[in-house]
Amino acid sequence: MKELVLNEIHIALGAKMSPFAGYSMPVMYSGIMEEHHAVRNSLGIFDVSHMGEFILEGEGSLELIQRLTTNDASVLTPGDVQYSCMTNEKGGIVDDLLVYCLEAGKYMLVVNASNIEKDWNWISERNAGSVKMTNISDSTVLLAVQGPVAATALQSLTPVPLAQMKYYTFTKGQFAGIDDVIISATGYTGAGGFELYCKNEDAERLWQAVMEAGKPYEIKAAGLGARDTLRLEMGYCLYGNDINDETSPIEAGLGWITKFSKEFPGSDHFKEQKKNGIEKKLCGFEIVGKGFPRRGYKVLDEHFNEVGVVTSASISPSLDKSIGLAYLNKSVSAKGTPIKVVVRDKALDATVCSLPFTK
Amino acid sequence: MNIPDNLKYTNDHEWISFENGEATIGITDFAQRELGDIVYIDITALGQEVGKDEVFGSVEAVKTVSDLFMPVTASISEMNAALESAPDLVNSDPYGQGWIIKAKLNDPSQLDQLLSADEYKAVIGL
Repeated sequence: MKELVLNEIHIALGAKMSPFAGYSMPVMYSGIMEEHHAVRNSLGIFDVSHMGEFILEGEGSLELIQRLTTNDASVLTPGDVQYSCMTNEKGGIVDDLLVYCLEAGKYMLVVNASNIEKDWNWISERNAGSVKMTNISDSTVLLAVQGPVAATALQSLTPVPLAQMKYYTFTKGQFAGIDDVIISATGYTGAGGFELYCKNEDAERLWQAVMEAGKPYEIKAAGLGARDTLRLEMGYCLYGNDINDETSPIEAGLGWITKFSKEFPGSDHFKEQKKNGIEKKLCGFEIVGKGFPRRGYKVLDEHFNEVGVVTSASISPSLDKSIGLAYLNKSVSAKGTPIKVVVRDKALDATVCSLPFTK
Repeated sequence: MNIPDNLKYTNDHEWISFENGEATIGITDFAQRELGDIVYIDITALGQEVGKDEVFGSVEAVKTVSDLFMPVTASISEMNAALESAPDLVNSDPYGQGWIIKAKLNDPSQLDQLLSADEYKAVIGL
């Protein structure tokens, strides 16, 4: 199992470490609820260095990305970030990812930790040879500093005007005295804030500087547990839970990043799904009353017919309700439809609702 | 990690104390830490006799759910009402305000088969 560069810092902060995607990762520090509220209402810092980063550069790099991903990377100019996914010929999702346009003809792909090897092979096998590919995952630290006060709290650390940065853009600049930090106005929490990419050797300095700058805002170190409740409240998909090699981006509600102005693996199939409609769809639901659904639990309609399965679920700390995502048959996928979620031996009442859960 | 010397423990991470014919049962500091933020305690066998090692309820945490196992054969006489509105007491004070049930033992000699604090520490690798 791999250790994070900042492993000792996490342990000193009292993190509960658990294996995730081959890494020993901080799952929580002070408590998921407390960390969640800190991020939603003020500021939190996540070490998500387990994520993978690939650099693609040289002739044909844009063409390769266009050929493999669902979104239209041709619209990106240097400083833009794009959410996208790679699909397979069978109509499933290889991975969801971020595409950074570093400069003309040079891109960084940020992929899920659990898929680094699979993605690398997938892209390499489809690279005709002209695109230079570098896997910088092991030499890159990624800190997500998330929360509504992030720009204010971090401004003293950088000359880059943070508050003016548009969502899904980035700048390479000096941060906490470190050169060439990628400062990216992105995140997986819906709380606003930045994702900061630096080299391993600069990581401790970056972490400490952010913690210091965040002190007046009671910054909290936050783990994967809070990251999961935060992303679920926003209805963001988690690879391995809500999307995988067999789920279609159309069914997963990712039609907005699936552009048919070009061809990519499975695009004919997805086009048909978009045109003719889909049999099942990833939907949000909330439990009426008390109850704690979990991933894998069955969903029934009002007549107790099986109509779906839960892919993610948790209590929502912001709403104080149990919420989840489930693939539901189209017969019950409309907002407001009453459904039942089978929690152990009980069929709990639930309602299909629109995403995000929190606004 | 707090593992008080005056309690008895199980391999399933429950603790039990016994005074004046009544037992108090909860989960250990280790267990609450492993579970993380506890959001609900479900006691399914209030008022019933539950055999040793049988399930008497469950603990719902944000990330996971775990069954509660009876350390010894006993009748559940009371559940901690404070946990209904504040289940996180099990996190913050697992041996005090976060106790889970009180129970009447059929055979207090079963307590002798449970783990001492030192034996339990060995189970959790302390």
